[in-house]
Amino acid sequence: MMSRFLFVILLTLPMIVQAKEAAPTSDDPALEQRLMNLATELRCLVCQNQSLADSHADLAIDLRNQVREQMKAGKTDDEIRAWLTQRYGDFVLYRPPVRSTTALLWFGPFLLLLVGLVGLGLYLRRRRQVIGQPRFTDEEHARAQALLHSDQGPPTS
Amino acid sequence: MARYLIPLGVFIVLLGFLAVGLKLNPREVPSPLIDKPAPAFQLERLDQPNQVVKLEDLRGQVWLLNVWASWCVACMQEHPVLVEFSKSGVLPIYGLNYKDRRDDAKAWLAKNGNPYNVSIVDADGRVGIDYGVYGVPETFLIDKQGVIRFKQIGPVTPEVLQDKILPLARKLQG
Repeated sequence: MMSRFLFVILLTLPMIVQAKEAAPTSDDPALEQRLMNLATELRCLVCQNQSLADSHADLAIDLRNQVREQMKAGKTDDEIRAWLTQRYGDFVLYRPPVRSTTALLWFGPFLLLLVGLVGLGLYLRRRRQVIGQPRFTDEEHARAQALLHSDQGPPTS
Repeated sequence: MARYLIPLGVFIVLLGFLAVGLKLNPREVPSPLIDKPAPAFQLERLDQPNQVVKLEDLRGQVWLLNVWASWCVACMQEHPVLVEFSKSGVLPIYGLNYKDRRDDAKAWLAKNGNPYNVSIVDADGRVGIDYGVYGVPETFLIDKQGVIRFKQIGPVTPEVLQDKILPLARKLQG
């Protein structure tokens, strides 16, 4: 009985725990909006499937703070992107620049589409040839006609 | 026959790609800083807060920069390797104590041994960001001209030390 009571108490614990205070943001909503727009295009390196805008990793918070500082200092988005890639490489960009190393990434899907289209075209052409061929020879046709018009019923045995 | 061979071939190629993919570590992001000058810093020493160490102070030698923290679990794993290696005296090891509390860091070194010639304090992680640090521990090999030659992401293992860091360091030392 006691243990069950304890269990219920434990279950309610998460409600008591308070959420962490929101990270300090600047009082300029336009700048915050610009920061978020840029940050959604940037990858968080700690949790790689999250953007810098979504991530709560310490590094992401630090990076957002530094980006905010640079925006206040009047840097353009391009300058900030360059600042980040200089440190972390193109990997931080969700939209990497077109280079020889990223060509497959950019054009690979179109290549696959092309292969698929060529394959489909070849298949359809072969199929059309098959359909174009008469399915019965004249002799077979005549035999079928004869069978259909004869008085004989279907073979019973 | 061909109608079975083509899917089989596609399957084998796919299997090959997946096998290679299994061995790649997505957490290892190639650093753009390799063969680039190490970013400048000016940081306090861990043991003597009033003394500052600059990047220029370390010119003229081949050295290791090891990013560590007392809160970092993987650092515990590599620490004995570094302690053992520091005894050989082949390379000076400088520690960058990353986003740590000074007292915690000192206590950690006292407990686990200190392989560092000097540890410097990067309390707010700014120098770490300049070095593209995203996961502690990370280790950089820096040459006499202050150029980064190698970066190890994650713990330094005896194999990495023997097969990668040491041969390169000997070459750089000339």
